[in-house]
Amino acid sequence: MHQIEYAAPGTLAAAVALLGERRGSASILAGGTDIIVQAREGRRRPALLLDVKKIPELTSIRTAADGGLIIGAAVPCARLCAHGDVARLYPALIEAAGLIGGTAIQSRASLGGNLCNASPAADSIPALMALGAVCEIAGATGTRELPAGEMCTGPGANALREDELLVALRLPPPVANSAAAFERFTPRNEMDIAVCNCAAGVTLSADGATFISGRIALGAVGPTPLLAEEASAALAGKPVTSSTIKQIAGMAAAAARPITDMRGSAAQRRHLAEVLTRRVMERAVARAKGAQA
Amino acid sequence: MTTEHKAPYRVIGTRPLRPDGADKVTGKAQFGADIRLSGMLYGRIKRSPHAHARIKRVDVSRAAALPGVHAVVTAADLPGAEDRVAELGEGSVNMRELSGNVLAHDKVLYRGHAIAAVAAVDAHVAGQAVDLIEVEYELLPPVLDARDAMRPEAPLLDKNRRTRSMAGPADGPSNVAAHYQFISGDPEEGFAEADVVVEREFATRMVHQGYIEPHAATASWSSDGQLTVWTCTQGAFAVRDQCVAILDIPVSKIRVIPTEIGGGFGGKTIVYLEPVAALLAKRTGRPVKLQMDRSEVFEATGPTSGVNARVRMGATREGRIVAADVELIYEAGAYPGSPVMAACMTALAPYEIANTKVDGYDVVVNKPKVAAYRAPGAPAAAFAVEQVVDELAEKLDIDPLRFRLANTSREGTRGPGGRPFPRIGHEECLEAALSSPHYNTPLEGPSRGRGVATGFWFNGGMRSSVTVIVNADGSVSLVEGSTDIGGSRAALAMQLAETLGVGIDDVRPSVADTDAVGYNDVTGGSRVTFATGIAVHEAGMEVRRQMTERAAAHWHVPASDITYEDGRLTCTSDAQKSATFREMALQVLRTGEPLVATGSIVGRGVGAAFSTQIADVEVDPETGKVQILRYTVVQDVGTAIHPAYVEGQMQGGAVQGIGWALNEEYCYDDQGRMANASFLDYRMPTALDVPMIDTIIVEVPNPRHPFGVRGVGEVPIVPPLAAIANAVYRATGVRQTQLPMSPRRILETTLGLS
Amino acid sequence: MSTRTQVGARINGEDTEFLCEPRQSLLEVLREGLGLTGSKEGCNNGNCGACNVIMDGSLVNSCLVLAVEAEGREIQTIEGLASGGALHPIQHAFLEGAALQCGICTPGFIMSAKALLDHEPEPTEERVRRWLAGNLCRCTGYDKIVRAVLDSSVQMRDTARSDGGRS
Repeated sequence: MHQIEYAAPGTLAAAVALLGERRGSASILAGGTDIIVQAREGRRRPALLLDVKKIPELTSIRTAADGGLIIGAAVPCARLCAHGDVARLYPALIEAAGLIGGTAIQSRASLGGNLCNASPAADSIPALMALGAVCEIAGATGTRELPAGEMCTGPGANALREDELLVALRLPPPVANSAAAFERFTPRNEMDIAVCNCAAGVTLSADGATFISGRIALGAVGPTPLLAEEASAALAGKPVTSSTIKQIAGMAAAAARPITDMRGSAAQRRHLAEVLTRRVMERAVARAKGAQA
Repeated sequence: MTTEHKAPYRVIGTRPLRPDGADKVTGKAQFGADIRLSGMLYGRIKRSPHAHARIKRVDVSRAAALPGVHAVVTAADLPGAEDRVAELGEGSVNMRELSGNVLAHDKVLYRGHAIAAVAAVDAHVAGQAVDLIEVEYELLPPVLDARDAMRPEAPLLDKNRRTRSMAGPADGPSNVAAHYQFISGDPEEGFAEADVVVEREFATRMVHQGYIEPHAATASWSSDGQLTVWTCTQGAFAVRDQCVAILDIPVSKIRVIPTEIGGGFGGKTIVYLEPVAALLAKRTGRPVKLQMDRSEVFEATGPTSGVNARVRMGATREGRIVAADVELIYEAGAYPGSPVMAACMTALAPYEIANTKVDGYDVVVNKPKVAAYRAPGAPAAAFAVEQVVDELAEKLDIDPLRFRLANTSREGTRGPGGRPFPRIGHEECLEAALSSPHYNTPLEGPSRGRGVATGFWFNGGMRSSVTVIVNADGSVSLVEGSTDIGGSRAALAMQLAETLGVGIDDVRPSVADTDAVGYNDVTGGSRVTFATGIAVHEAGMEVRRQMTERAAAHWHVPASDITYEDGRLTCTSDAQKSATFREMALQVLRTGEPLVATGSIVGRGVGAAFSTQIADVEVDPETGKVQILRYTVVQDVGTAIHPAYVEGQMQGGAVQGIGWALNEEYCYDDQGRMANASFLDYRMPTALDVPMIDTIIVEVPNPRHPFGVRGVGEVPIVPPLAAIANAVYRATGVRQTQLPMSPRRILETTLGLS
Repeated sequence: MSTRTQVGARINGEDTEFLCEPRQSLLEVLREGLGLTGSKEGCNNGNCGACNVIMDGSLVNSCLVLAVEAEGREIQTIEGLASGGALHPIQHAFLEGAALQCGICTPGFIMSAKALLDHEPEPTEERVRRWLAGNLCRCTGYDKIVRAVLDSSVQMRDTARSDGGRS
């Protein structure tokens, strides 16, 4: 690796100040499972690695005033997945976060890192989008918020300014008759980057017979994870049936803009987008109805 | 040599703890990269980013000037090696080409081809220095597919290369290094007799052995010009031979110490780092350690050939295969030497077919020079042949195992290379598969299928040498030179214990360096338990003879008066005069000459190995993903010296085959860059991708080994590619003629996705 | 000016200090700096598990932990598993079950298994396989490794029962 500096500030203010000083030559170090590999391979060449794991706001999980959850950006997935509240309220997030790498990666990798690394195939991002997660960002000029779905601006590029870092992800409080689910497709059973992944969040009527609303997000089928807007909007008012799900899945797949690369072909990805959307919606519906998913 | 010792055995067939096990579970065992010497420097290599180019200029000045750098070397620092071919046990190697592969002279022939090397205070500084080495290239068009390389207009890797064949060297230059042809009977007449003919074409991709330990070597020169090399290798003597040729130093000046080796499978039989480490160590006057990173292992060592195969086979209505015509095109990588000849010889070996024609082509392309990979050549050929056999059986409505049984090779059948098979156990394997619990459990459910396949592999003989030392307390040291890649030191110790009639705990094996034991050919070719076992037996018999002489002197009786049985010496004329091996050792070894024996042999009487395998799969029709539900390996091992290690070889080979079948491949772009040179995207099976692998050990003892041994290490990788393809066919109705059978390929072939 | 930092960590129960540059991984420092070569480099990017150690109770890839991050942490490597010459039950089970061939992946698997069994004493086969998916083995095909881990879970439960939880 090239010669690199390391700093581990204990406060958010110190971290922001350091970022401002370094004007883009610093990279955030949370779990390190992406940035260390990239620095080692010369794909990124930061002058400074800014370790954020000593900053309390980035490593805590706490309840928000509105009953939602605020998850520090650097919380390791293993801790997230073991957290009772998260598992109970946002099982789709567990499904996604728990797939980021194998056991040893899970001890270190974080939602914040997965999101900010902005791989089009990132496993956490469709789930965050389907759940309506919001990014809490701190920078030199103060704090701001950004919907999770707007963080990725291109493959490997995010919306943070040079002086900003992601502090936490805020999940809205769960709504009655709502649930989400996540699934991905990989050639092996573990340890792979998704060829396609999908998360769907649905809200049903109280009798479970009609869709009130939904959000379908697809990954690895475009330069960034994408919200299937038309498909999502089309859910409103439709009956909760397999035929609706099939129709919506087809619309979601049509929104996909996949490429062919060594991990998969465009045709395969488009096909999987339909398959996964269908499967994920069925599970989200079952979950929303209170059944064991 | 006949089987003098017969079952039931005392030690053979038991499952003692492996002697190297304690160090391996505690992290104490020393592997290639674990060597640390005082003053040691660290090396890194400059590699070509281009698949085909002329080297116009190399400027190392900025690298050499970097603080912390102690030396930079290039091919100019190597003496010219001769065009000498050496037989390495798993293939032959041209020394001049090997030297060029170690450090490129005027041309780079694949991306990753080594050009220069740096020694520095740590690997990071060395890596930074490598980035400062400037190379000017004249880019040349790369040729990346063997069939493209065979076209007359293809760019040539070497203008001096002429195709070798039985007709003599060809006139004009070619990328086809060799054409082999084997004919028996009259194939066209055979096909005319056939009621059913199946012809198919197949394609497989380059794959890697995937050993978890990257190559690592450390070199150090003494001030009187003695070179010592520590390396994780399958053959310390092979390393010595290759370094002698490449560095142009006398054999007496180099000692190679094999460390423990973290997997080889054939890929650690030729040198990559050792001569470079030696050059850097000479230049700096300090020990130098070179270690590859994972991407270098993929791009710059020796994967195995991607293959294009065409197979045509014909059978009669009654189920007799009457003709076979096989064409095999194997990519050799940058230099000649694909395993196509072995593929030609093994492809049809399980069957007795009167009329056969096999053509094999060894073709160079701009990819790394291929090296041996477990039964080199055979798995891809079996992928093709075993599917055509399967299709014939289906068309004839005969059970696939019974069809194979009806055509099986037996003792006396004309085998590979035209020699009749000795006693072999293919028939027994097929019978065992037919009566196995797996085969007799119906497979139910949609999208599920069962496939079978069978395979053959030679066993190697070659040279082995061991020394046996009897210690004063009656324990025995076994000094051998076959590096242990699968548990062979345990199997050899067991054969010695059996020969001497002592307990396994009384035998202490060690793998020695090139100064401490006689010549040993590489550990490969499934030869060690067999051939080094013969050497061990020979040495053991010599120990018995010497111990008998000592007893005779001790008891004042003629040696002919003493029997040696079950580890006990007894005087036939006076039963009171009786002692165990240990008791006698305690009596006679405190004074008198040390008791040392050697066994040095060329292994003869190889047994040949067969394996038959059964795979149950489920294919998700919507995603194309294949799940292995159940897998059984049946294999004739001759005699299972250590059943647990034999099972381990069967299971390990099968799972490598599963990976090869389902997901492993080198993904190249059109410039010859490997896109997936990491364990993330080169997808080897994980523990979650395979079920338990059931094993059925068949024992048809090899009559020409003292304990009936057949080599077991390689044949288990031969059938899985076809067994899974046959299973996928039954699950989906579509025959997969290309590897890997990735989810993408299965979707493309079953759903017509393009 | 030196780019090195002094780091203090507790390694295998012993307070240890070492110097390192920020760019060095924990794996590199363990192996080259401290002579603890039991953890292996197989890929250097978190895909094979040969470098697994347990840090503050969690299994990590030491190739993806910077050495400087070890400050103040508790680290257990394969060298610290046996206590006073007595092998850990997992080490025993690997030996008895012939769950190793070349042995290069073995330290990583054993540490990984320990991290599992320390928290989940009765895993199913599927759970074991999923937990171990980050540890690659090329020699064994995993069969005997999985059996050894399941066997050691039984061993450890039996020992815990007979000890009354003293060990």
